[in-house]
Amino acid sequence: MPKAAIEAAGLTKWFGTGEAKTMAVREVTFDAYFGEMLYIVGPSGSGKTTLLSMISGILRPNAGTVKIEGVDIWGLSADALADFRLQKIGFVFQDYHLFPRLTTAENVAIPLILQNRPWDEALNEARRDLEVVGLKERAELPPVKLSGGEQQRVAIGRAIVARPDILIFDEPTASLDGETGRNIVSFVRQHVLSDQRCIVMVTHDSRIFEFSDRIMRMEDGKLKAIERESLSAQ
Amino acid sequence: MPGTLKIAYRLLVNDRAKFAALLVGITFAVFLMIEMTSLFSGILKRASATVINIGAPMWVMDPAVQTVANTIPLPDYVLDEVRSIPGVKFAVPLYSGGGLVKLRDGTYQSVNIVGLDDASLYGRPKLLAGNIQDLFTENAFLAVKDSEFYKLENPAVGTEFEINDHRGVIVGIAHVAASGLFGVPTLYTTFNRSLQYIPNMRMTISYILVVPKTPADVQAIKKSAAAAGYVALTEDEFIQKISTFYTYQTGIGTNMLLMTVISFIIGLSISGQTFYTFILENIEKFGALKAIGAKGRVLISMILFEASFVALTGYGIGVGLCAAIIFLARLYLPDYAAIITYWNLILAFIMVVVIAAASSYVGVRKVLRIEPFDIFRG
Repeated sequence: MPKAAIEAAGLTKWFGTGEAKTMAVREVTFDAYFGEMLYIVGPSGSGKTTLLSMISGILRPNAGTVKIEGVDIWGLSADALADFRLQKIGFVFQDYHLFPRLTTAENVAIPLILQNRPWDEALNEARRDLEVVGLKERAELPPVKLSGGEQQRVAIGRAIVARPDILIFDEPTASLDGETGRNIVSFVRQHVLSDQRCIVMVTHDSRIFEFSDRIMRMEDGKLKAIERESLSAQ
Repeated sequence: MPGTLKIAYRLLVNDRAKFAALLVGITFAVFLMIEMTSLFSGILKRASATVINIGAPMWVMDPAVQTVANTIPLPDYVLDEVRSIPGVKFAVPLYSGGGLVKLRDGTYQSVNIVGLDDASLYGRPKLLAGNIQDLFTENAFLAVKDSEFYKLENPAVGTEFEINDHRGVIVGIAHVAASGLFGVPTLYTTFNRSLQYIPNMRMTISYILVVPKTPADVQAIKKSAAAAGYVALTEDEFIQKISTFYTYQTGIGTNMLLMTVISFIIGLSISGQTFYTFILENIEKFGALKAIGAKGRVLISMILFEASFVALTGYGIGVGLCAAIIFLARLYLPDYAAIITYWNLILAFIMVVVIAAASSYVGVRKVLRIEPFDIFRG
């Protein structure tokens, strides 16, 4: 039995009040396990991103709980939750959100710098992880000099540099062409996923479904189905 | 330096266009603010030139006197009355008034005449040429070599001239600490000779210069002078009184204040707008930092550091630029009045801090409002 990395129970979120009230997520319960790559898929407005935000500790649910490695994250204070995210969760955003005025290595080192690690030590570790994502030679370039796929790999480097247990990917292939997107996710599957790590990915892109372990289908804020696909099953 | 501040520093300076715009804005504002306030300081110093140059520790005068130039003559007996106050080491009369010198080409030049006590010559200036004893000779005057000296056609020791229809002779060329405000040359002579040369009312003494026995006697002298219906001020108090008059009773203070405020608003507008744009451009990145785990206070410290760094750098450049311009201006314009005092620097620094605080306040508000969830939503 794999160990649960994320335990979400009865997660509910709405926005607005009165007539403007919109139910974004309705009583969603699921677990995500170490060693698996879990996709959250569904049409636009189905609540994928809202769910992802709640399980990663950046959007407080109206009801329900989220436990990461047994810790009820929404029971933590704001500062403790920020520290928890910094230590335990890595983020890869849809538009990468890299600082164009910093070098690639400096961008990757940001989580370590936020952890108050010495500057040189953080940059050295960042360069090591850039080697992992195949961008060692690009370490001193600004991100704007890199292609979209390379920028996505820089974002992955930034997500993994602090050795988090949970990785959150928000539409990682949305800004990439099909081939590059597949290569990126394949790379993540091969080099980033491990028995000690859980990856949760929101995506629309059916071309990368083959790399998942399980797929959660959302519709109208509800969990429609959890399907097992994928490489590990194949 | 903490790593987060290094990141902040790099974000700031690597955006060269905005960094330059921020620096130009602050530098320009600091330059204008210091230039304006320095001009005002210079004008105030010149307005008190006679007080500074005479250097007496206490001045007794009519209570209605507002500036050293607008004298109200005192009766002679006041001098004796002041001399009789316990605590007065000595007291001497001073004459200050205006005269007309006829130049070689027949035109007239207004001059300021300072008449020093005949016995002591107390308050005499430092001589660059001539002998002070010669001031006791017939028709003797000292000419002050300041920025107005050339208006007397650059006289030398021995130069004869006509003043108020009397013959005058330059017996010394003097140097003083401060030039006057009104653009007229200054001549020193003895008290009695000044009365001979200049038409006077029944009362002749402009000021009584007092040297107290000890600093502790100052208050007693003030009380005694007040009891006699006059006012005794220390040198600093008199300078302050003159400054207050020019600041509040003339348009000079208001106009300078207005220009300083305009400079402040220009600096605030340029740097505030540019800094806001800088924050807006990076707002999603700050949101991403929040999602990753940066606490609000870390982001605030980054923004404050950026604003402070720009403000201090701009302040330094602005002060340097202003000092250089004033130095150059004085080389070519002897009448240029601006002087940079600590107060000018402190005032400009406070204004720059306000500019930095206002600029960063806008940025901090924006960054604290961004929700990491907005980053996910795009």
